[in-house]
Amino acid sequence: MPPDAGRAAEKVARQSYGKLIAFLAARSRDVPAAEDALSEALASALRVWPERGIPGNPEAWLLVAARRNLMQATRHRTVEVNAQTTILIAFEEAEERMNEAGKAVFPDERLKLLFACTHPAIDSSVHTALMLQTVLGIEARTIARTFVVSPDTMSQRLVRAKAKIRDAGIPFAVPPRPALPGRLAAVLSAIYAAYGLGWDGLDGEEERHSLAGEAIWLGRALLAVLPDEPEAIGLLSLMLHCEARRNARRDSDGRYVPLDEQDTAAWNAIMIAEADSLLRKAGSFNRFGPFQCQAAIQSVHAARRLSGKTDWQALTTLYAALVMMKPTLGAHVSQAAVIGRALNAAAGLKRLDQLDPRAVASYQPYWAVRAFLLSQAGDDTAAADAYMTAIGLSDSPAVRDFLAGRLKEARL
Amino acid sequence: MQYALIIREAAEDFERRSDPAYRDGWVAYSKALAQAGIMTGGAGLTGPETGTIVRRKGGEHDVQDGPYPEGKEQLGGFYLIDVPDIDTALEWATRVPISDKGSVEVRPRLQM
Repeated sequence: MPPDAGRAAEKVARQSYGKLIAFLAARSRDVPAAEDALSEALASALRVWPERGIPGNPEAWLLVAARRNLMQATRHRTVEVNAQTTILIAFEEAEERMNEAGKAVFPDERLKLLFACTHPAIDSSVHTALMLQTVLGIEARTIARTFVVSPDTMSQRLVRAKAKIRDAGIPFAVPPRPALPGRLAAVLSAIYAAYGLGWDGLDGEEERHSLAGEAIWLGRALLAVLPDEPEAIGLLSLMLHCEARRNARRDSDGRYVPLDEQDTAAWNAIMIAEADSLLRKAGSFNRFGPFQCQAAIQSVHAARRLSGKTDWQALTTLYAALVMMKPTLGAHVSQAAVIGRALNAAAGLKRLDQLDPRAVASYQPYWAVRAFLLSQAGDDTAAADAYMTAIGLSDSPAVRDFLAGRLKEARL
Repeated sequence: MQYALIIREAAEDFERRSDPAYRDGWVAYSKALAQAGIMTGGAGLTGPETGTIVRRKGGEHDVQDGPYPEGKEQLGGFYLIDVPDIDTALEWATRVPISDKGSVEVRPRLQM
């Protein structure tokens, strides 16, 4: 079977898995028990489907396989009795739903699961990992690798978070209107963080790359259920804009290419068009927010494909809005870079000097931007020094080589 | 907490040590560590062929010329860093400019 078909099978398997986990967990409130029941079934599906093809009713296939595993586990008494009862009741309800005449489609309650995973009672640093594991069935070991933590640490965090969901009675529900914007922000952040992990993985890391695709898919799924939330639309637009440039981020020799030097012919025009039309749609609600703002920033960059130049003035305005809404270190550093281009290097450097020295000491983008602006300002000695720090803080060989090239120019 | 970042390099890496493309990455990394104020020690080591191995056999000491032959990777050096937790140590470990053939081991310092 060709690799594409294998990937398609994996996608369907993960999506069906997520739907079943959501359904079972929403009823039993017991994510670990639902995972215990389904993880083996998912593993078989990932093994069997790429070879024999995707079954006509993937959810039913998984449920039957899981039921079989559950019965075996009961025989071996490996499942806790209480958890077993609640999960069995949920199983029966799921089977009933599938057998109901005229209901060909299994209910998709993954959004409830997303809201449970990103509940404020759960440490926000574990939101994304939890979402990746429960909604997409990605293994803890893989998640640990993408987050650069040890597998044991990651497993412990996930186990603790899932116990909290069960023991603290965290609801599996889409929050009511008044609470929705705040809670939705956490869901959007978790999805965007997943996309970010996939975005970083570029140098031969298939695993991470597919994470970007999963994040986009989650963004689409969210939109299908909440079509009138401009920030959710903005997030999808932002991810599509970034994804459209994936192939242009390295040249034919695998070298890093910065955004403003990328060959626009290598950008995906169809994705950009979709991203722009989403952004317009989001704008029609008249409720601006940070994700729409970031999408708008990417849209300005994308416009170079047609105009041949970057509108630094527009970017300055957008970044001013972004740092007001979301004053992250990354936004501040990007703002300084844009000001450095729109006005002059000195103005950009002045911005950088206003940032907290302790916060930026080990922040790679700060040093890369600082080095670039210093060399623009003609201070080659200070620029070389900053390039050295930026190189030392890089975790990607391609970026390191790119900066080493710039350093060489500064030393000439 | 203190951690050792133990660097292992392949034979090709040791040969590339005078190549600026390889060497400068290490200089930059050491600088970044020092600038962050977390480096408490460490050393780069010369190639394994310069090593001498001492073993005890009963009451005798057996002295042998290096290199220690086993393994594709050889100890190239180490950094001692003082950071709040293992996650921060791992973050710094990902920045170590090893080649595809090298590795970094992160190990807590023995508390005595």
